[in-house]
Amino acid sequence: MSDIDKDFTIQNYLEFLENKKLMGSKCKDCGTLYTPVRKLCPKCNTANMEWMEMSGEGELAAFTSITVGTPYFIQKGYDRNNPYCFSIIKLKEGSMVSAQLVGVDEKNPETIKIGMPVKVKFLETEIKGETKTDLGFEPA
Amino acid sequence: MAKLARKVALVGAGMSKFGNHFPVKRNPDLWIDAWLNASKSVDNGIEPKDIDACYVGNYSSDLFNHQGHLGPQMANLVGLTPKPAPRFEGACASSGIALRQAIIAIASGIHDVIAVCGVECMTELPTAGVTDVLATASDSLFEFPAGATFPGLYGTLASAHFKQYGTTAEDLMRVGIKNHENGAENPYAQMQQSIKDMMASKKKRYEEQGRDIPDWNDEFDFLKSSSNPIIAYPLRLFDCSLITDGSACLFLASGDKAKRFTDTPIWITGTGQGSAALSLHDRDNLTSFIAAREASRQAYEMSKLKPKDIQIAEVHDCFTIAEIVAMEDLGFYEKGKAVEAIRNGESKRDGSLPINTSGGLKSKGHPVGASGAAMPVEIFKQMRGVAERNRQVKFDVERALTHNLGGSGGTCVVTIYEK
Ligand SMILES: [Zn+2]
Repeated sequence: MSDIDKDFTIQNYLEFLENKKLMGSKCKDCGTLYTPVRKLCPKCNTANMEWMEMSGEGELAAFTSITVGTPYFIQKGYDRNNPYCFSIIKLKEGSMVSAQLVGVDEKNPETIKIGMPVKVKFLETEIKGETKTDLGFEPA
Repeated sequence: MAKLARKVALVGAGMSKFGNHFPVKRNPDLWIDAWLNASKSVDNGIEPKDIDACYVGNYSSDLFNHQGHLGPQMANLVGLTPKPAPRFEGACASSGIALRQAIIAIASGIHDVIAVCGVECMTELPTAGVTDVLATASDSLFEFPAGATFPGLYGTLASAHFKQYGTTAEDLMRVGIKNHENGAENPYAQMQQSIKDMMASKKKRYEEQGRDIPDWNDEFDFLKSSSNPIIAYPLRLFDCSLITDGSACLFLASGDKAKRFTDTPIWITGTGQGSAALSLHDRDNLTSFIAAREASRQAYEMSKLKPKDIQIAEVHDCFTIAEIVAMEDLGFYEKGKAVEAIRNGESKRDGSLPINTSGGLKSKGHPVGASGAAMPVEIFKQMRGVAERNRQVKFDVERALTHNLGGSGGTCVVTIYEK
């Protein structure tokens, strides 16, 4: 049971991330867990949620190694010679999230194995003097 | 069970040449080319006065060309104002949706004849800008911060398909090789070259430049070389469709009006549309598109046809992996079995179920919002036996299907055609 008194909004979810907490919301009616957070459970059509902090453990469900990246990742310093991994992580708690996968050999993606255990790693990027925290995972 | 309240026919279809046209041609120029070609395809001719509405499919003229409100602009160019001219958006399925809404409007009795426009002019932006605009069709809140690009999302899906079904990079290459062979026979395609043609011209260029001539044994050698770099593992450059400017035009008519335009209408007997969570992480299945399964279920049910009844199909090969998944989602093959069919050549022009005889998005080009309207152009030609050059299939096509996917599978529209 969680006693966090915050609305189940995207902004609050992102603020938790900034504070290095990966949070989900759990439907009190049917028990379904949502990551990122949702206020409405589409299965029950009710807004009867509670916040849950994720353990940060999971496994790699799918991934890619990207050589032609987004403007944000180019800004982070990635390029054709320095690719990055986009991944989908299945959390131990059962739901999935999108995250950058780090601590792997992005240049030899055939060495990265779907199903391998991973743990959360909050990734900080400094842009124009401000630090932004993004969700990342690394091999456990 | 959903059904069409009135019969709906495709009585004309045409497209502009697909390619890299900006600034020589922009949205209005491309659309007029498509309109003229579609008009020529109507046996007894068609005039603006015969048409009740112009349904426009376009993904993002707003971001590509800084132009919104495309509906009336396109309608006016072909003499259709002041008739209704709505615009539909569903990423790469935009004009598939326009087609479907036109079918529904005619079936309902609101309109008798509709011109469907699909149009997109992408090359006004540099490649990085195009990549950025395309990525807005995915989940910008949660997929962007993780670095998702469009090829990246399909690469991710491919990794799951590889893991679950043993699909290989060579299987992806087979799709690309086949679609380029078809595109080489399509005078409207952006890349009218087979992979072999490309290898030959590359060798020739190297020879002229006095460089070492590569010793590729076959297409696979070439496609595994540095000439085909990784974009988003396991997808390489030749696994990705093209950045394209182009337009397509379809004329639809109610059953009783169709005979005025032609003695041989193509009947649209099934339409379906499905949706899925925008983010891949919100989906239960990473090796199949639920929107495609739902859209095809509706279309099959409406037409009372089964997957085995379909003789040819144009499917949404925005990336080679997407063609493989489409063959499974449409029920042509069991999950994980499409690659076997591809290895056996079944989806080739002379195979048992030709897929993407037009060259597909891979070789014909992918002006995103126009692709859904361009697919029926190929079906129209194949069913009437008039596909150009050497790509007409060798049997009489009586039943065909188009599959138009939006974004990373958030939308899908499936349409079934019968003679
Ligand atoms: Zn619930």
